[in-house]
Amino acid sequence: MNLQFTIDILLLAFMAVIAIAVVRMRDLFGVAMLFSAFSLLSAGVFTVMDAADVAFTEAAVGAGISTILILATLTRTAREEKPRKSRDPRVPLLVVTVTGALLMFGTSDLPRLGDPNAPIHTHVAPRYILESPKEIGIPNIVTSVLASYRGYDTLGETTVIFTAGVAVMALLGIRRRRRREGDEKEPD
Amino acid sequence: MLHHTVLRVVAKLLIPVILLFALYVQFHGDYSPGGGFQAGVIFAAGIILYALIFGLEDTMEALPPGVLKILSASGVLIYAGVGLETIILGGNYLDYNFLAHEPTHGQHLGIFLVELGVGTTVFSTMLLLYYAFAGREPGQ
Repeated sequence: MNLQFTIDILLLAFMAVIAIAVVRMRDLFGVAMLFSAFSLLSAGVFTVMDAADVAFTEAAVGAGISTILILATLTRTAREEKPRKSRDPRVPLLVVTVTGALLMFGTSDLPRLGDPNAPIHTHVAPRYILESPKEIGIPNIVTSVLASYRGYDTLGETTVIFTAGVAVMALLGIRRRRRREGDEKEPD
Repeated sequence: MLHHTVLRVVAKLLIPVILLFALYVQFHGDYSPGGGFQAGVIFAAGIILYALIFGLEDTMEALPPGVLKILSASGVLIYAGVGLETIILGGNYLDYNFLAHEPTHGQHLGIFLVELGVGTTVFSTMLLLYYAFAGREPGQ
């Protein structure tokens, strides 16, 4: 428990440092790399919370694919952020402070992490944990929930990804950098 | 194509392992963390690594965008088709119990097929996105 606490604090401290660095940096290539490191650290936080599936997704999507897509986008824009005119920092500071205070006030009402009597653990979760070995018969409950109990949601998510792909194809298309010889098929 | 020998040798060693790991994540999702989504992303990442080091032209020749477009749509079709199949077999939409004689066998089969659909769509869409962004000259 104590070790877990220390690891949590370390990871969160690193994340805070990276977040500040991201805000202050002008080199967008570096920012993309820092975002990747941020994702990897949050994957670490999820691992400490025993959410292996979420950590896995965060590491693969957040740290991997997103970074590559951001870098690919950077090749289409400038590499440096334009310097902005400095404005009065007091109003943003006030907004951030008030919002932060409200959020902290809100968390005081939340159930403790892992509290078995929390509403989220008393609704459908017991059925998934107790019945899924009989009803679905596979050991990974996360997979049973995602693919079977919540199959409609996952179908929706898959459709969203497909739609995103269609949208990018419609907006950008794919230019094939052909070599001179052997041009055939694929009119895009 | 890049001519860094170290990068090319390391990538050649790594890419098969990445692809194999993606297949493991895909088909072992019932027993360990993972599933179609993660597997699709990892598989796409392996191919993108190849494209980064050995060039986009070669990658596009091996995996043409037209094929990926068909794959991307067929993943959703597999998923939705499993749902239709369960209706035809007398159940509700996506009620895998009706896919086999034993309800749990039906669930196994249903989850397997559905995850395959998710993996196919995620893999091909991620790679298509990469093609769309990386296939252009800078500032075009």
